Amino acid sequence: MIPAAFEYYRPQDMAGVLAILEEHGDDARVMAGGHSLIPMMKLRMADVPHLIDLQDVGGMSDIDVGTDSITIGALVTQSDIIDHAGLAAAAPILREAALQIADPQVRYMGTVGGNVANGDPGNDMPGLMQCLDATFTVVGADGTRDIPAREFYEAAYMTAREDDEVLTTVTIPTPKGGWAYEKQKRKIGDYATAAAAVQITKDGDTCSSVSIAMTNLSDTPIYSEAAGAALVSTTVDDAALKAAMAAMLEDIDPTEDNRGPVAFKKHVAGVILRRAIERAWSRA
Amino acid sequence: MSNKLHIKLNVNGKDEEFLAEPRELLIYTLRERLNITGPHIGCETSHCGACTVTIDGKSVKACTMFAAQASGKSVTTIEGIGGPDNLHPLQEAFKEHHGLQCGYCTPGMITRATKLLEENPNPTEEEIRFGMAGNICRCTGYQNIVKSIQAAATEMNAAASSTSEAVGSKEVEAAE
Amino acid sequence: MKDEITREERVDNLKGMGCSRKRVEDARFTQGKGNYVDDIKLDGMLFGDFVRSPYAHARIKNIDTSAALEVPGVLAVLTAADLEPLGLHWMPTLAGDKQMVLADGKVLFQGQEVAFVVAEDRFAAADGIEAVVVDYEELPVIVDPFKALQSDVVLREDLVAEDGTIPDGAHGPRKHPNHIFTWEAGDKAPTEEVIANADVVAEESMYYHRTHPCPLETCGCVASMDKVNGKLTLWGTFQAPHAIRTIVSLISGIEEHNIRVISPDIGGGFGNKVGAYPGYVCSVVASIVTGKPVKWVEDRMDNLMTTAFARDYWMKGKISATKDGKITGLQCHVTADHGGFDACADPTKFPAGFMNICTGSYDIPTAYLEVDGVYTNKAPGGVSYRCSFRVTEAVYFIERMVEVLAIKLNMDAAELRRINFIKKEQFPYTAALGWEYDSGDYHTAWDKALKAVDYDGLRKEQAERVAAFKRGETRKLMGIGLSFFTEIVGAGPVKNCDILGLGMFDSCEIRIHPTGSAIARLGTISQGQGHATTFAQILASEIGLPADSITIEEGDTDTAPYGLGTYGSRSTPVAGAATAMAGRKIRAKAQMIAAYLLEVHDNDVEFDVDRFAVKGAPEKFKTMKEIAFAAYNQAIPGIEPGLEAVSYYDPPNMTYPFGAYVCVMDIDVDTGVPEIRRFYALDDCGTRINPMIIEGQVHGGLTEALAVALGQEIAYDDMGNCKTGTLMDFFLPTAWEVPNYETDFTVTPSPHHPIGAKGVGESPHVGGVPCFSNAVQDAFRPFGNTHTNMPHDHWRIWKTANELGLHD
Repeated sequence: MIPAAFEYYRPQDMAGVLAILEEHGDDARVMAGGHSLIPMMKLRMADVPHLIDLQDVGGMSDIDVGTDSITIGALVTQSDIIDHAGLAAAAPILREAALQIADPQVRYMGTVGGNVANGDPGNDMPGLMQCLDATFTVVGADGTRDIPAREFYEAAYMTAREDDEVLTTVTIPTPKGGWAYEKQKRKIGDYATAAAAVQITKDGDTCSSVSIAMTNLSDTPIYSEAAGAALVSTTVDDAALKAAMAAMLEDIDPTEDNRGPVAFKKHVAGVILRRAIERAWSRA
Repeated sequence: MSNKLHIKLNVNGKDEEFLAEPRELLIYTLRERLNITGPHIGCETSHCGACTVTIDGKSVKACTMFAAQASGKSVTTIEGIGGPDNLHPLQEAFKEHHGLQCGYCTPGMITRATKLLEENPNPTEEEIRFGMAGNICRCTGYQNIVKSIQAAATEMNAAASSTSEAVGSKEVEAAE
Repeated sequence: MKDEITREERVDNLKGMGCSRKRVEDARFTQGKGNYVDDIKLDGMLFGDFVRSPYAHARIKNIDTSAALEVPGVLAVLTAADLEPLGLHWMPTLAGDKQMVLADGKVLFQGQEVAFVVAEDRFAAADGIEAVVVDYEELPVIVDPFKALQSDVVLREDLVAEDGTIPDGAHGPRKHPNHIFTWEAGDKAPTEEVIANADVVAEESMYYHRTHPCPLETCGCVASMDKVNGKLTLWGTFQAPHAIRTIVSLISGIEEHNIRVISPDIGGGFGNKVGAYPGYVCSVVASIVTGKPVKWVEDRMDNLMTTAFARDYWMKGKISATKDGKITGLQCHVTADHGGFDACADPTKFPAGFMNICTGSYDIPTAYLEVDGVYTNKAPGGVSYRCSFRVTEAVYFIERMVEVLAIKLNMDAAELRRINFIKKEQFPYTAALGWEYDSGDYHTAWDKALKAVDYDGLRKEQAERVAAFKRGETRKLMGIGLSFFTEIVGAGPVKNCDILGLGMFDSCEIRIHPTGSAIARLGTISQGQGHATTFAQILASEIGLPADSITIEEGDTDTAPYGLGTYGSRSTPVAGAATAMAGRKIRAKAQMIAAYLLEVHDNDVEFDVDRFAVKGAPEKFKTMKEIAFAAYNQAIPGIEPGLEAVSYYDPPNMTYPFGAYVCVMDIDVDTGVPEIRRFYALDDCGTRINPMIIEGQVHGGLTEALAVALGQEIAYDDMGNCKTGTLMDFFLPTAWEVPNYETDFTVTPSPHHPIGAKGVGESPHVGGVPCFSNAVQDAFRPFGNTHTNMPHDHWRIWKTANELGLHD
């Protein structure tokens, strides 16, 4: 498996990146860890005449845990997330999810930025970021702009980021309450058959807020507002769980693949969501 | 044909400089340009780990990285881990506990294991299985690989504690 | 002379049979110093790679190579038109069919080799491939063998006469253009009669899905034609290097003495590397054309999509019994999907391999087997993936049929097996389908296994679990998988086993050096089995020199004696026997030398561990080391100098390893996720040469069995597109998905093998697949399940639960 020939750039700053993007338009692509893009290039499913390696561009490798929000640079790797004690305390769902992505070697290279920006419906971070109501900061020739994760994904590999923009930062309001990232997969290294990200708070015995997003069950991640609404003000009893599952199933649109047919995926999506809610609730 | 790039690597302690096409994957640089054939090509899609090397302290699959990306970095392959005169405890343990059969996954497996034991010097069986999940072996069924890594960890910890004891006793002597 | 050490110490020093000698191979592998085919680098070496068909069935209207030849670094592009004048555009398969080397007017499966691009490096070759323009005309695709036998679409026009008649194939009459052969064993009419009149008959249809051996190293070769000397050297991932040499000679016309085939280290084979592939032929041709060495190495997609799949057997069975469970008859029909060419790797007289071992471990008086081979638009192959020829299929079939019968009889499946096992005193036992089982003690093994796992306790726990499930207290079911298998390995007697006319003997040649060390060369080739370790152990015990002083060499046809290679667990049964026999020839000569040195009659000395001693006077002896030196230094009347021997061993029979496996599995009914709680494996491989290696083989074979049973498949869509071409979708378990195994053994030596050994590498796979599958099936048995097809991946397990109403 040999990729087609391409030009390689390793600019030292964002201005350099943007200049190359401007020059080559959609013939150019930025790459962080490359663990989504390089296999696609090797299989000749992605044609990238101009490849921009972001590794020397500074300022995108930090995790900053503030009181109200957390910022994560685009080049922060899954392994950085797993190892960051402050992050694990402030937003444990990130670590729980990152541990379920691929394998140790891939987590050393795979970045948050690449995972969220690529638009691959199989990636775990997009759904997670929708659950956490993250904001993605992109920079382009016209400056920076913020795009809510819940508005970022348009279709498989299609996002609100323009071709000449680079995703630099993910900002997350510090999550509250219980959490769970539940994923069913066939084996290590596989995408999810179904995965659910749940963040939930309680007031006494009652659910006060909840956020739910699903992965690999549509051509984009699915933030299911309706599923969350079904739980708020309930005691998260069986009826509420069933209502949440039913609402979520209305929002997803899985397709058949080697992991199984649609009916199976829908069933598993419900089971996984239920387990995620129960686990998150037990931690709330 | 694209422009060739000037690439500098330090591989197993040795500086290397060469011109290469941007699409030259690091695994080909190692195997074909530098004749370092320990890392192998298994799946080519970053699933099997036969090509695992260590780059600046990270376990990396060299089939999914261009040599250009590694330029300026230090690469360690199985050849840099231990040789006939200084076998690494993991190399000893894999031999001792039948942690390999055809040997094809072994260089990547041991290279990854060196890093796993740095990350976690006392891994449980479960932690070994999880930490080695990026390396596929078709022959052993993993049971003896797990055993080998456990044995190496024990050996390395014993060596480390005897070293620190030795250091400790020196300090005591100095204090006296 | 005084004996310094005890006899026990002398035995230990040899590191002979029975000890867990550490592997001599491991020093180089652990240091990254293995030498696999892709590690070979020769001066001026070129790279070849294939243009492959994107279509499963298409007519090729034109191949335009002009743009490819313009690509910098591309030197040549070979097509069938270039090979035709040499007669190399087609090649014989091991199954008596022929296969296109490069597409000759049409393609029959996705990924088929269409053109061979030869370039200065692999990057230029890849660019050259992209630049070749092929004009295809798509044809109707058939991926279902049952439809193939009904279809008007002729896949192999070359096998239909101009008048439309269908000539016989290599295995007799063909009944349809897409039909390859019908093969029968046993007696049809009596079997049908027994089944028709039986108290109880259970019937089941099962599909043993298509999968792939997928060794971690793909297939490849380096061909180097030395035009000055007229010698061709071919390095490659060959499980049978001598057979490859003969095939290359037959199809290329190069005399066999001018061909040297070398199998270097091989990164796993599992059956994938037995056959001859177009890449080998094209590399040889390209080397002849360019005068330079040419390397061809598959990538992973090439490997999964084109070289040597395994199984794809549609099996239909009937099993009859008395009402108290004594099996009276067995009938099996197989529709075998062979893909576009019949490229199975079976002995010539066995187009369905040893599928006729499908009566298993049971005393079944009457049986009948019929196999129909069929062409489809899928990749060719049908190799034995970690098993002797089609034995995995046979054992899966009988181990499922016994379970299905137990359900019909409402009997415990362990007990049903027990009352039908061939009894110890019945061996040698001639089965209804013809094989003579050499030895066995099934009841002892079975009882030991069931006791070890507390079988009755497991059944009790399972019943409690079912009750709890029905009360809504759990969503997890518990399955107890049983399997008792008999393998048939060590092909084989030359009288009934050959490949391309080459009898399936094997060989060993030993040279003892003057200082008492030795080199032995064999016709086999290790792919991870540790031959360099274990064959030296056999020899150590036979000739009394330490295993550490014996080098084992395999894989170079210029130095090794002719042999048929390593697959089908044949190395120990055949080459291991040859090794022992050659060792005994050494010993016989050593005895004469010893007698001369000790000045006694030949019959007055006896072999004792590492020496010959005078009978009744053990203090008078000559060590084998001393004898070796004497062989080179003394002029002994009537005895030639030197100490060498060669043995070509034609086994009188196959060997029949067996085993008893139990798997305990918990299944999440809602997600279809299985969890293996326990796996117990008892193997009886006869005499145990190296327990450590045996255990390692069992672990590995079970893991490959787990993969096949629980998810590993080569799947196609209706257009013949392969859906499982990368390791994302083709399931190779990681350490995370694999349990710890408990291993155990009994020892029932083979009565006809010189050292009583039977072979073990494939037993765990053969026995493991039905065991894992039976565990899944057993979990659902209390809810009405009789059979569901593998692979039992999450969605198929979920589907079973769903169809049984467990989600309602």
